[in-house]
Amino acid sequence: MEPKVHILIVDDEEIVRESLAGWLGDDGYDVGVAENGARALERLPEKDWNLAMVDLKMPGMDGIELMDEIRKVKPETIVIIMTAYATVDTAVQAMKKGAYDYIVKPFNPEDLSMTIRKIIEHQKLVKENIYLRKELKKQYRLHDMVSKNHKMIEIFELVKTVAKSNSIVLVQGESGTGKELLSRAIHMESPRRDAPFVTVSCAALTETLLESELFGHEKGAFTGADQAKSGKIELAKDGTLFLDEIGDISLKLQMDLLRVIEQREFRRVGGTQLIPITSRIIAATNRDLAKAIEEGKFREDLYYRLNVISVHIPPLRDRKEDIPLLVEHFLDRFNIEMGKNVDGLAESAMRLLMDYGWPGNARELRNVIERAMVVTKGRIILDADLSLPQASGVSAAQDSRGKSLSEMEKEHIRQVLAANRWNIVRSAQVLGIDRVTLYNKIRKYELKKEPVLNT
Amino acid sequence: MVPDGMLRKLRDHLHDYLSLPVRVTRNMPVPEGSYERNRNQYNSTRILGEILRQAPTDAIKIVGIIDKDLCIPILTFVFGEAQLGGVASIVSIARLRQEFHGLSPDDGILFERLVKEALHELGHNFGLIHCSDRECIMYLSNTVRDVDRKKTTYCGSCDTALYLKSETWRV
Repeated sequence: MEPKVHILIVDDEEIVRESLAGWLGDDGYDVGVAENGARALERLPEKDWNLAMVDLKMPGMDGIELMDEIRKVKPETIVIIMTAYATVDTAVQAMKKGAYDYIVKPFNPEDLSMTIRKIIEHQKLVKENIYLRKELKKQYRLHDMVSKNHKMIEIFELVKTVAKSNSIVLVQGESGTGKELLSRAIHMESPRRDAPFVTVSCAALTETLLESELFGHEKGAFTGADQAKSGKIELAKDGTLFLDEIGDISLKLQMDLLRVIEQREFRRVGGTQLIPITSRIIAATNRDLAKAIEEGKFREDLYYRLNVISVHIPPLRDRKEDIPLLVEHFLDRFNIEMGKNVDGLAESAMRLLMDYGWPGNARELRNVIERAMVVTKGRIILDADLSLPQASGVSAAQDSRGKSLSEMEKEHIRQVLAANRWNIVRSAQVLGIDRVTLYNKIRKYELKKEPVLNT
Repeated sequence: MVPDGMLRKLRDHLHDYLSLPVRVTRNMPVPEGSYERNRNQYNSTRILGEILRQAPTDAIKIVGIIDKDLCIPILTFVFGEAQLGGVASIVSIARLRQEFHGLSPDDGILFERLVKEALHELGHNFGLIHCSDRECIMYLSNTVRDVDRKKTTYCGSCDTALYLKSETWRV
């Protein structure tokens, strides 16, 4: 049996409430009535209303105001505005504010039936769509990472396999691509998931500090070592030791590390007792290790020791198809963290993200989205909410190969218009041309204002 | 005016089809105040209320048949109206007439449509809601096309529901 459809009728006229409720009741709908906006808001939490039929003119809160409130509390409830006085203005206003439809009393019974059936069908499709998107997302997800790039999916598959082994993994990739996230995913997929995941950021520490950080030290090993301390290798015990920025450690430490990895045991600084290593090691770097070896900055033998299983995370600019997916992922997360209700990005804003070069990779994208969600006033992130560095020129330059001057001009005008929300006067100023010329170029290049879409 | 002969025919048909005692009561004048001047139609809910008030005490259900075009405040017209699970209902033959749609009168067609709509509203009185089967009497008709597409019978599940709900009174 189909689930019951709940309809809330809000109208100050009793006769309208009664006759509409009666008519819809005959059709098998579950109908609730409210005589004004305040009462409607009281009744909203009662159930998941599929549809609210709201009279436009009511004393107190009018239909449009009520619709705004309903959309805040129950965004999935569809609102139809009813009115006895049809004016184009109010109809346009209602539709602009997000009414699904606008109907004039009295209704033609055929139209009303059709409208309601259409809405129920629409809601079914939306629900199905949400479900399918969730299903789809599952495939592209590895713990906190999402992707639909084929290379990334291969990596995700690889991670699931290597997680079960104890082999050393070397994760390479530019900064911000998610090397630590991937390493954590390996840890979480491994039988070691209940043991600690210990991170050592090698670049952050001086050579001696790093040594004691890694291996620990005995009391009196050096000035200030007034008590014995376990190193990160010991802390990682049966868990995973994550050596970040491994490309940044000194040659001496590289040698120590090599020995430790080969012998699977080590001594604390100033200690004599050999301590076995039981943790799994994952190393990561944003450096080109092959080049570092050539330059004599990285030991080749250590490289081969580390490079048992090698994962190279591609930069975001090489997997732009992931941008919408990541955006949605970050929106979901920040909506929860910030208690916000942002639906998505304007299509033009999304295009800006797609066109940007992302030197800081997914981390930079996350920061841009986080900031946009803080500053945005509506439920849709607009171009102006994004604070991208003025690097669009760089990316345009990158994309300019093989493009004609007029193609570049069209693209540039499109970007400037988008950035200025199609304010012609402002865009013309930015472009250094007059309004008429801009209008002519818009016509020439058949540029159109993009509608606002969800991601 | 609703033709006398048609009411008697309807009485016999309902009696045979529903196996319930059916009688035709006296004529009731169209209630004052049910006329909606600006719409040139009659308010079906008002008339329904009056039918209910004047219903004989022994009436299980009562269907009013009227030859005026009916409407409710929110709809441009209705073929009829019923209290869901209640006692009274009303059916208008105004829009069921061929001549309303610019065709020549046909009592046969009119009677068949009247039977369908009377059984439809009675179905509501017995607690049935609209059915998704386009051929079932309980399918919602918004046009005479819809009415004509329906059969003069309930679908299997509506028929069973009606059978159970009218059991107490069956003859």
